[in-house]
Amino acid sequence: MAKILAVDDSASMRQMVAFTLKAAGHTVVEAADGKQALDIAKTQSFDAVLTDVNMPIMDGLTLTKELRALPNFKFTPILVLTTEAGMDKKQEGRAAGATGWLVKPFNPEQLLATIRKVLG
Amino acid sequence: MSIDISQFHDVFFEESFEGLDAMESGLLNLNVGAADVDEINTIFRAAHSIKGGAGTFGFMGVSEFTHVMETMLDEMRNGQREVSVESTNLLLEAVDVLREMLTAVQQKQNTDDVRIADIRQKLEMMVADKLNSPTVDDTVMGEDQQAIDLETTETSNGSGWIIDFRPHHHLFQTGNDPVRMFRELESLGDLSIEMNDDELPAFADLEPEDSYLKWQLTLLGEIAESDVLEIFEWVEDDCDLVITPLDSNSVSVESQTIDDLDNTRLDSKNMASDIEGSALAEDAAPPLSESAENLSATVNNQATHQEAKANPAPAASIRVGTDKVDSLVNMVGELVITQSMLSQIGENFTPDMLPILIDGLAQLERNTREMQEGIMRIRMLPISFVFNRFPRLVHDMTDKMGKKVELKLTGEQTEIDKTVMEKIGDPLVHLVRNSLDHGLETPDIRLAAGKDETGTLLLKAFHQGGNIIIEIHDDGAGLNEDKILAKAIEKGLVNEGDALSPEKIHELVFLPGFSTAEVVTDVSGRGVGMDVVRKNINSLGGSVEVFSKRGEGSVFTIRLPLTLAIMDGQTIRVADESFIIPLISIIETVEVKAIDIKKVSGKGELFQLRDEYIPIIRLYSVFNLTPKITELEDGLLVIVEGDGQKMALFIDDLLGQQQVVIKSLETNYRKVIGISGATILGDGRVALILDISGVMALYRDPSLTQITLDNDRAA
Repeated sequence: MAKILAVDDSASMRQMVAFTLKAAGHTVVEAADGKQALDIAKTQSFDAVLTDVNMPIMDGLTLTKELRALPNFKFTPILVLTTEAGMDKKQEGRAAGATGWLVKPFNPEQLLATIRKVLG
Repeated sequence: MSIDISQFHDVFFEESFEGLDAMESGLLNLNVGAADVDEINTIFRAAHSIKGGAGTFGFMGVSEFTHVMETMLDEMRNGQREVSVESTNLLLEAVDVLREMLTAVQQKQNTDDVRIADIRQKLEMMVADKLNSPTVDDTVMGEDQQAIDLETTETSNGSGWIIDFRPHHHLFQTGNDPVRMFRELESLGDLSIEMNDDELPAFADLEPEDSYLKWQLTLLGEIAESDVLEIFEWVEDDCDLVITPLDSNSVSVESQTIDDLDNTRLDSKNMASDIEGSALAEDAAPPLSESAENLSATVNNQATHQEAKANPAPAASIRVGTDKVDSLVNMVGELVITQSMLSQIGENFTPDMLPILIDGLAQLERNTREMQEGIMRIRMLPISFVFNRFPRLVHDMTDKMGKKVELKLTGEQTEIDKTVMEKIGDPLVHLVRNSLDHGLETPDIRLAAGKDETGTLLLKAFHQGGNIIIEIHDDGAGLNEDKILAKAIEKGLVNEGDALSPEKIHELVFLPGFSTAEVVTDVSGRGVGMDVVRKNINSLGGSVEVFSKRGEGSVFTIRLPLTLAIMDGQTIRVADESFIIPLISIIETVEVKAIDIKKVSGKGELFQLRDEYIPIIRLYSVFNLTPKITELEDGLLVIVEGDGQKMALFIDDLLGQQQVVIKSLETNYRKVIGISGATILGDGRVALILDISGVMALYRDPSLTQITLDNDRAA
């Protein structure tokens, strides 16, 4: 199964995402903000990244840009979790190099379906 | 696979309450007119997280309410809305409502729907005030999504779709992969793929990371257009996409469609919020129906009451830093090593091993002490948990009173036992209210007195010895001695003509039934006097004092034990009994000479300590023991202080100082006046811990023992 980096400043969301992914057999590494995630990403590779947008220290869009600049993340699917359903946020996500997005609120089934979509 | 996410509710509530606190303090820090963007961002982020979490965990009411706040904060963040006093105050009220909603949801109780609707309507009206700002209501997303699904299902096509898909060169760099998308399409229906490699350059010119291929896909089956579009949703800007129904060429749906759909969605959203708006307008009830509402509110309250009984509050939990836990684990490790060393010695003990045994026991003592301290530290929380409520309190009160006050907090990281903290909140609030109401003056009076028009209120916490000290400073008018004295005489608390030092006069405010405010204000006059504040603090084993200077301000100093579970005690002997006096109450211990004793008829014996006369309390007579020593010169006098008064306790002997673990008498036996608890001494005997103010009360009125006994019998 896949190895996924889950980034969210909200502990409940992060735990829920991690729990759901683990229940589906994936390996999950958690980070509480973009900076933490980036530090982790510099030492290991992942099959996919799930990141919240609004976070302290480093937001999800900056993280996405930074990750894309790393050689081992050039083609890695990066999904942004966002409550902003408006087009502008999606555009920003795309401009930052995100693969796609998942709109909050979502349930575990939706999360897994989206992950399946990027893992093939 | 069904996954139960209710296990994350606790975490969600915890972080949401933290988020609310962050929002509150952030809002209080906002400078009207020139708000700090970072500050607004922090507030926005907290609201945003609560909304997202609430939505995910199924608390739709919370999510929808937070959404309106978020919209307003977003406008502030983007500079579309100015930060005004009104908007900040409204958001603060909304934070309160949200906190109530979350508490109600957490405890499965009913919410005050009238208030929620009221605040929500105010928020919505304020948001709607800015006509130009589009309010995107995405909490109704779920329904919208369905609406779109319905719409597009209607345009579903009987036989299939032809998809012309030309990715841009950079497609791979977004992490998207056509192969995965084709697999998804395959899951919808019969897919045939035709590849076009016209643009594939010569090998020498080929950029391996770029995409050069184009595809014409034919998807057969009864498939909704939206399902196809969804697969290309993420790449619509990274490709040229033309989707054509298989059987008719009349309708050509280009990638533009998604945008169109989104516009439709926006429209339906606006409609939805219109409907909500009108529903709320109805909620803002005409006066006639108000009584009915009140009625239902009462019913609601009753229901809440019953449910509150049915749902006991969740067990209190405490957040402990991992470093504290780690060091405990470490200590337990050392304790285990010591224990195994000692048991080895015990197994084949020979007298020459005595030094090793003594070493081992010393080590055990050290381990035990460290463990004790470590475990105590677990219960310690920074006092900021209490201090944090004051910015809001000061903000609201000064607003109401037309005063200008700057609140300063220092030593917020000072740690204090959780139980002490929970109990010190109310007395502190009272003292702060008091300073704001009676101490600090209105701007005009301050200016007239040559002071800065903005007063300062300083809350300060620090450790001193085994105690925590909390000080409340204000640079207000100070205590008015003349007024206090006049009041005390009027109330018969002191006699006219009594010469009292300013300190003594200040002490008077702590006497029962004292209040100097000519008109009891709605702010600090709540029927609770400073005497109750002192009583509550004393019951925590602490003390409160005031220092004041006319025209310059007052300082209230609260001294509290670090923990309620353990205290430093002085063991004393009276007759055959051992008692513990809290070290915090002891001023000094003296041997008496007959010359220092004065007998006053009706007032008993007085001891002259320097220039003060202090009443002597013979403990054996208070506790009805058969005395061994009755001559004051043969024993000792322990000078103690409680309720701001000094007393000399006559005892047989001092035994030693030690930390004692307090066992409650009330839970194990019953309340006894003059005794605050009991402890077990090293030799296994039980010693009672004296409650100094209780002992004083008993001394003044020995019949009090009788009263408790009577109460007991009556109960």
